[in-house]
Amino acid sequence: MNWLINTLGSSVGKKLMMSITGFVFILFLIGHLIGNLTIYVGPDAFNAYAGHLQSLKPALRLMESGLIFFAIVHIFTGLILFYQNFKARPNRYEVNKQAGGRTLGSATMPYTGLIILAFVIFHLFDFTFVDKTGRTVYDIVAASFSNPVYVFLYIASVFIVGIHVSHGFWSAFQTIGINHPKYMPTIQTAGLLFSLIVAIGFGFIPLFISLIS
Amino acid sequence: MTQNINLTLKVWRQNGQQDKGRFETYEVSDISTDMSFLEMLDVLNETLTLEGKEPIAFDSDCREGICGQCGSVVNGRPHGQEKKTTLCQLHMRHFKNGDTIAIEPFRARAFKVLKDLMVDRGALDKVIQSGGFISVNAGGAPDANAIPVSGEIAERAMDAAQCIGCGACVAACPNASAMLFVSANVSHLALLPQGKLEAAKRALAMVRTMDACGFGNCSNERECEAECPKGISIINIARLNREFFKAGFFSHNE
Ligand code: SF4
Ligand code: FES
Repeated sequence: MNWLINTLGSSVGKKLMMSITGFVFILFLIGHLIGNLTIYVGPDAFNAYAGHLQSLKPALRLMESGLIFFAIVHIFTGLILFYQNFKARPNRYEVNKQAGGRTLGSATMPYTGLIILAFVIFHLFDFTFVDKTGRTVYDIVAASFSNPVYVFLYIASVFIVGIHVSHGFWSAFQTIGINHPKYMPTIQTAGLLFSLIVAIGFGFIPLFISLIS
Repeated sequence: MTQNINLTLKVWRQNGQQDKGRFETYEVSDISTDMSFLEMLDVLNETLTLEGKEPIAFDSDCREGICGQCGSVVNGRPHGQEKKTTLCQLHMRHFKNGDTIAIEPFRARAFKVLKDLMVDRGALDKVIQSGGFISVNAGGAPDANAIPVSGEIAERAMDAAQCIGCGACVAACPNASAMLFVSANVSHLALLPQGKLEAAKRALAMVRTMDACGFGNCSNERECEAECPKGISIINIARLNREFFKAGFFSHNE
């Protein structure tokens, strides 16, 4: 087991864990977004989708436990990396200038990450851990989005998710060693597109619901 | 066209590790734009010495961009603002009359400031000593071309081997990570048949030593490749990651 701790505990190993768990969340975002699209078909389709998910109980529980496990790994490893990287330069520069490598996404990863964590907790308490007797999932969602503050909060949060993913996407490939001039440009473009799709795809739903109700 | 310029320099002065350090301002005049940045500092040091003051300590050796001894952060950029240029090869023609230039040392926990702009980059040597070599049984010289290497592989290995160990990648990295340096050294040996034999041991040892020296973790900010005077690409970091995972998960080394 020593070899595993040595490998995963190293700087490169910790990055590997960030990358793999990050890939899982990218897949989750894709699945979540596709599922959410049913809301455009109408309340019934959305409720049917939610009911269908619930009927898959054992599989759903397994996925949920997996996601929680990956989230814990992603968050704790990320916090350790954040702390270590902060400590690696005790005396800061007096003049700071960038050479063009850094992006909005890369420079804010720990902060956007923590905001996303807060959002996910809020989101779960808003839609998942609520009393569902006598109301459909759509009712709960529509009630939330009748409040403009909630609409704003959700849109702002999914944009922050987009910013996080704009760096995380290509970075996850680079970390597991997938970088070649033949396809890295494609991966980077795909990453930017994906973060836009996430931000707009999720962000339009609260707006849509609040507009039609 | 040659012309002479006057500049205001804000130079980091720090008398050893205990000292907190501070910027001091100096005026230099009549600097030829044909001079290199280090020659400009030489001129200032001459004046300081004549005035009976302590000259500014900075490192340099070859002054032709190949040894990796020089390097300071100039206006927030390691080796100054010119791409693929060491500080000794940065010429004063890139500055304008009346400019104010801030000069500070490379900063990282793993690089201690010895004095003024001079830093101890011995941590990079430690990383090399832990695996940046190949073991060869000294015997008769092997025949030329006994080990075939394709031109393309040789090119990529030599691109990586261009690293001069200056530490600008560490200085530029927001996390003070040495991954670009380590990846250049791991890559250039891992690509060649002579280096492949010890590739697994090397990747593990060099990453472990890098971690132990107190460098930060790479988060793919790409500032290193933008500042590297030799244009080392982060493709090498991806290769280092592959070599490290291969060694960690599939080799007999621990
Ligand atoms: S990789 Fe580039 S910046 Fe880093 S030590 Fe080597 S030459 Fe200097
Ligand atoms: S003094 Fe040798 S590279 Fe600058």
